Amino acid sequence: MSAKNILVLGAVSAIAQAYARQRAPSGARFLLVGRDAARLAPIASDLVARGAAGADTAVADLAETDAIETRLAEWRQNFGAPDEVLIAYGALGDQAESEKNLDIARKAIEVGFTSVAMWVLALLKARAPDAPLTLAVIGSVAGDRGRASNFVYGAAKGGLDRFLEGVTHANAGTPVHVVTVKPGFVDTPMTDGLPKGPLFASPDRVAADIVSAIEKRRRVVYTPWFWFVIMTIIRHLPWFVFRRMKI
Amino acid sequence: MTTQASKLSEVSKLSDVSSWGRRGRVPHHVLRPSFLDDATAAVADATAALEGDGPPLLAFGLGRSYGDVCLNANGRLLVTDRLDRLQHFDASAGVVRAEAGLSLDHLLRVIVPRGWFLPVTPGTKFVTLGGAVANDVHGKNHEHAGSFGVHVRRLGLFRSTGETLTLSREENAELFAATVGGLGLTGLITWVELDLAPIKSSRLETETIDIPDLDGFFRIAEETSRAGEAWPFTVAWVDCLASGSGLGRGLFMRSRFVPEGGLAVHRDPKITVPLDAPGFLLNGLTMRAFNGLYRNRPFARGRKVQHYDPVFYPLDAIGGWNRLYGKRGFYQHQSVIPFPQARDTVKRLLETTAAAGQGSFLSVLKLMGDRASSGLLSFPRAGATLALDFPDKGEATRGLLLRLAEIVLEAGGRLYPAKDAVMTPEMFRAGYPDWQKVAALRDPRIRSDFWRRVTGEPA
Repeated sequence: MSAKNILVLGAVSAIAQAYARQRAPSGARFLLVGRDAARLAPIASDLVARGAAGADTAVADLAETDAIETRLAEWRQNFGAPDEVLIAYGALGDQAESEKNLDIARKAIEVGFTSVAMWVLALLKARAPDAPLTLAVIGSVAGDRGRASNFVYGAAKGGLDRFLEGVTHANAGTPVHVVTVKPGFVDTPMTDGLPKGPLFASPDRVAADIVSAIEKRRRVVYTPWFWFVIMTIIRHLPWFVFRRMKI
Repeated sequence: MTTQASKLSEVSKLSDVSSWGRRGRVPHHVLRPSFLDDATAAVADATAALEGDGPPLLAFGLGRSYGDVCLNANGRLLVTDRLDRLQHFDASAGVVRAEAGLSLDHLLRVIVPRGWFLPVTPGTKFVTLGGAVANDVHGKNHEHAGSFGVHVRRLGLFRSTGETLTLSREENAELFAATVGGLGLTGLITWVELDLAPIKSSRLETETIDIPDLDGFFRIAEETSRAGEAWPFTVAWVDCLASGSGLGRGLFMRSRFVPEGGLAVHRDPKITVPLDAPGFLLNGLTMRAFNGLYRNRPFARGRKVQHYDPVFYPLDAIGGWNRLYGKRGFYQHQSVIPFPQARDTVKRLLETTAAAGQGSFLSVLKLMGDRASSGLLSFPRAGATLALDFPDKGEATRGLLLRLAEIVLEAGGRLYPAKDAVMTPEMFRAGYPDWQKVAALRDPRIRSDFWRRVTGEPA
């Protein structure tokens, strides 16, 4: 297998960094996209030291949907067509704030659902006929059932799951592979405000599950695997039980 | 995205942290920055906080030191584990530069497949580069390679004054000497540049030789030293419950890398200790049984070729092995005694331990060489080093540790700060005559419980 071109959208996220590290020793070439150049630079050096054939960086606000197609075209010229894309940016948001301030709620949905969906559509549109393309998109177990504690974030992630299911269906029989990654709690700066318990997984663990799901061409991967069990139970709880639960 | 910076500017809630010995949990304001600029901002912020009434700071890596060098009660603890990026790796020259929170575990995963190894490694790979420098750690090849600091080319230091410095033997040499082995007190170590050692395979040949008594140890250890680099890695395990004519009996192990066998890296720990062992398991009988079984286990003696992981890091195979010492935790004694007195002093230490009947599971004895790093507070020196661990049984254990420490001091030796929990200010000054030079160069906003204990300096 020749070395891949890997595009990472949201490269500063802890999961994206761990994922890129695991891909680097194969000699992959990276294009790392994020908002903060000062953060992207040390990540790029790390990947090169670990064996990446190259690590370019590009600064962009990925939530700017108007600029998506222009940016992709520009990167295509400088970097080439990606073989693999990880979409890892996102925000946990704040449910209580979203209920009070509609701007915050709208932003959570626009970033978590709309912008990601637009990136996926744009990447598929730009793909040359017959060119293989793997898209790994970070969703969340929070998207599996609407819950009082985070249904704005959860709805964005849940909608994304439906969207990606449709993309997979539409591309059956083509060399396009889309995997929805559903992490549970991950020990990252994004969750530093939460009390951390034994259910928290390391970004390395999540990244290893992403790599394995790509290799096995899975459509959905829960990471770590026990979230599949937990969410299957939660999805199937009858309403009269679920409505009494504080989750 | 929630930014780290906004969180770091607030003083976080107190959370309890313990060191590897697990004797008590100590409250700290814990910060866990992901990028060096956040980390240095937190150090600078400690300055601002202090001018008010805020708590001072200490860097904390993976918490593998046993006592209180990594603790700063009620102060800030800057946890460095997320500052783990490589900055440059020259795989042809064998030089690596990385952020100081990178663990040796992760570093090995990068360098071993490309034919390099750590020039010096302690008995666990779960320590950070910054921790290895701050404690100037040593390994089984101390007689030939010296301590970790010998192989550090340069390092980055950020001080609460706002200075970003590069330290080496040529540049800021005084501060370099104070920082290698300096217990993290001179500033935040931000990155480390290290010379690596070439290997042709990741496997070693190990020869295990029976030693009937202490004289047997010194005989074989000195003979192996004279053979030079034929066997660069040596260590002995001693049955510290044996007394009388069997005093010092054990197994002497010497190893060397072999040229064939591939460059496979180690795997993750196989088993993890899920909970604290109950205290009643740790009595004289179980320790005697363990020591006997360890010594007489099948295939213990003779030669074999193994991966580096069981040779250098046998305890890493058991995640959280410190929990085997139960809820009350444990102490470790590690000392080094200069050569003329080494044999008699080790004998006295072992006799005192055996007489107290508080023996440990694994007692380690080895010789150290005279290749010194420039570290002013570095522990290693030419002589014999003995390490013993003891489950914490209260005053009796503390008393024994103090008796052992006095024997060491009388012989002109010293205790290892990374393991210590009992050293008095007098013992520290006697063992580390250069301590005042470090005190003068210390970052005023950085503090550790160890430093307060051995200098008597106020918070």
